[in-house]
Amino acid sequence: MITTAMDNPDTHSGVSNAKLGVWLFLCSEIMLFATLFTSYIVLRTGASSWPWGWDALNVPLGTLNTAILISSSVTIVMAYARAYDKDVKGFRLWMGLTLLLSFAFLVVKGFEYHGEFAKGIWPSTSLFYACYFTLTGLHGIHILGGIVVNSSLLYMSFKKEHWDNPLFLGRVEGAGLYWHFVDIVWIFLFPALYLL
Amino acid sequence: MSGDSNGHGAHEPSFWRKYVFSVDHKVIGLQYMMTAMSFLMVGFALMLLMRWQLAWPGAPIPFFGRLFPPDLAPNGVMSGEFYNSLGAMHGTIMVFLGVVPLAVGAYGNYLLPLQIGAPDMAFPRLNMASYWLFLGGGLLMLSSFMMPGGAAQSGWTSYPPLSIINPGQTVWLFSMVLIITSSLLGSINFLVTAMNMRAPGMSLWRLPVFCWAQMVTSVLLLLAFPPLEAAAFLQVMDRVFHTSFYMPKGLVVLGHVSTVSGGGQPLLWEHLFWFLAHPEVYVLVLPPMGIVAEIIANNTRKPLHGYKTIVVSMISIGVMSFLVWAHHMFISGMSPALSNFFLVTTMIISVPSVAILTCLIFSLKGGSIRFTTPMLYALAFLPLFGIGGLTGLPLGLTVTDIYLHDTYYVIGHFHFVVVTGSILALLGGTYHWFPKWFGRKMNDTLGKVHFWGSVVCMIGVFGPMFPMGLAGASRRLYDPTAQVHNLIVQPLNVVSTVFAYGLFLFQLPFIWNFFHSMFRGEKTEENPWHATTLEWACPSPPPHGNFDKTPRVHRGPYEYSAPGRKTDYWMQTDPA
Ligand code: HEM
Ligand SMILES: [Cu+2]
Repeated sequence: MITTAMDNPDTHSGVSNAKLGVWLFLCSEIMLFATLFTSYIVLRTGASSWPWGWDALNVPLGTLNTAILISSSVTIVMAYARAYDKDVKGFRLWMGLTLLLSFAFLVVKGFEYHGEFAKGIWPSTSLFYACYFTLTGLHGIHILGGIVVNSSLLYMSFKKEHWDNPLFLGRVEGAGLYWHFVDIVWIFLFPALYLL
Repeated sequence: MSGDSNGHGAHEPSFWRKYVFSVDHKVIGLQYMMTAMSFLMVGFALMLLMRWQLAWPGAPIPFFGRLFPPDLAPNGVMSGEFYNSLGAMHGTIMVFLGVVPLAVGAYGNYLLPLQIGAPDMAFPRLNMASYWLFLGGGLLMLSSFMMPGGAAQSGWTSYPPLSIINPGQTVWLFSMVLIITSSLLGSINFLVTAMNMRAPGMSLWRLPVFCWAQMVTSVLLLLAFPPLEAAAFLQVMDRVFHTSFYMPKGLVVLGHVSTVSGGGQPLLWEHLFWFLAHPEVYVLVLPPMGIVAEIIANNTRKPLHGYKTIVVSMISIGVMSFLVWAHHMFISGMSPALSNFFLVTTMIISVPSVAILTCLIFSLKGGSIRFTTPMLYALAFLPLFGIGGLTGLPLGLTVTDIYLHDTYYVIGHFHFVVVTGSILALLGGTYHWFPKWFGRKMNDTLGKVHFWGSVVCMIGVFGPMFPMGLAGASRRLYDPTAQVHNLIVQPLNVVSTVFAYGLFLFQLPFIWNFFHSMFRGEKTEENPWHATTLEWACPSPPPHGNFDKTPRVHRGPYEYSAPGRKTDYWMQTDPA
């Protein structure tokens, strides 16, 4: 089916179906997080008082997680580069590393949440914590989604048939695009919640 | 994903694969159609119950009243809470489970790939996932009637703080998340298909208007639904985890100061909701406009007047529809500067809508019109949708809206748009494309009975709502006679209700006609209407994979009555 499109460059956007699909998906994701950020700004500017993020949250753990996530963006690019060169072992190494870092992110996040719960802090405590738990929670769900996608790619890389399939590289690229998006969301979340 | 349908027609798939878990866009389109039509009937049935209460407040509902549990309808008389649930579910079901899935899921799915000359959607399995998510969300929504706390009671708009206090809302929110996800996946699929899978020669300016309508609609769904999804998450948090995104401080509920931490803003929800819901109304009307354009071109036997104007207007409607949302909130206390902005954008967006309607009307000029059943629907659409649109202008002007807001005038206005507009077009589309779907025609006489009966009844149901609203009758009112100023227009409520039951009766010939013609209708060939677009250049119904070989497109979509040709239609695929 993809061949019909490829045969007709004049009626084809020049971008593969999968990649176009991922980009459109990211557009909708941008709208999702843009809405949440806007709501955050509206609620914050309308509130009578608002705590400073660095007083209320665990900044060291947040910083650690930022570093982890940025590293994972680098490793997934490396994984793509290895896949591009059809270097099976290298791909598995870098993809495995990416997954390891994503789990590390979640574990650190878990410690952070645990610390807050231990202090009796819940989403219902105040509007600030409501924003914090909701935004980071939703972001965490996106990390989980990325883990599912990336680990299925890792699993596929153990089967030769997938390396023979020209679509495989496109899938790795799509996963990479998504992962960068999740990363960028965090780059906005971190200062907005922890530092400002 | 794209490699899925490589084995076209190679072997006969099992019954389950072929009709139930199919990845064929035509089967999925028909599944959407059957499901959405059923939801339309459910939404209609809920309203028939409400209409009884509105016409004869406090009288027991005949026959059905006793079937409901006593807490909903004691002694067969509808309770206020039940009325609220029915109203909220009517709106939700009609919009999100009826018209949109029918206009986009059913018509778009079936026709878009055919009209662009593609063998299927870009992502067939994703397409199937969209359908099942939609069905799941819909069934969950329906099941909320049976759940503890009952169905949502806060209108289809779910304004907080009411929606956070009332029972039943949580299930509504979860169903909405499923439905939204389904729409998002669907719109990605539609856009990739339209951008990447067009047959050779099918440049963008050769696309039928219907395809353009579907593309603009998909963009709207893609960009407008995520904000509602985000807003719904926040509402779930408020309800389940007792946050207070939408809850102000010190709110008093039933005499008790609420204990939530407070600080939130109910207006935030209104903004987020209408940021989706205004584009959503264009999702309700653009595909039907596309359907009407196809039917009119085909039955006037001449090219559409102003094809490019129509397309450009649709695109500008798409862009503008993100800039008008707060015209639903004029009385929410926003600053006059802001309401003036939204007043101006609202007036501007009506220009392209009027342009489209004008083009369609001008298309009739000088045509040798065939009064086929689908054409009757398209012709009725023009003035009636026009009434719906024009009555909207006073609602977009702050001065008049302050009086008209939340009255039956509003209900009359948007039902003229969605019922005598969208629904008429969608019904007309059924008669038009039925031969393609099943290789048989629907019965014409029954079609005409259905048409005249429905049109007269629709006007009878919604026409009286204008004077009622002008007299000050508010919407969402359980017992209209409780307010003295409504008594003078109460007879109009009876008129409206009687016509609503008439409208129901006139759908029976349609239902019979649909199923009877599926098996017994007069057989037709590939192109019974002598149409020009690509869906008529393959067998009826099209086989798996649609075209035996990839079609080649040579000209625009509406080459009717071209001079110097033997036939009065020149198909897009004809080499010469
Ligand atoms: C065909 C027969 C229909 C009838 C007789 C009908 C009648 C009504 C009436 C009387 C109300 C006002 C109820 C109240 O304010 O208490 C209402 C509300 C509404 N209707 Fe319909 N309607 C029909 C079809 C539709 C369709 C096709 C749609 C959408 C596409 C629709 C969407 C709505 C919405 C969104 C509301 C507002 C619900 C709310 O207040 O939250 N209706 N309808
Ligand atoms: Cu609007």
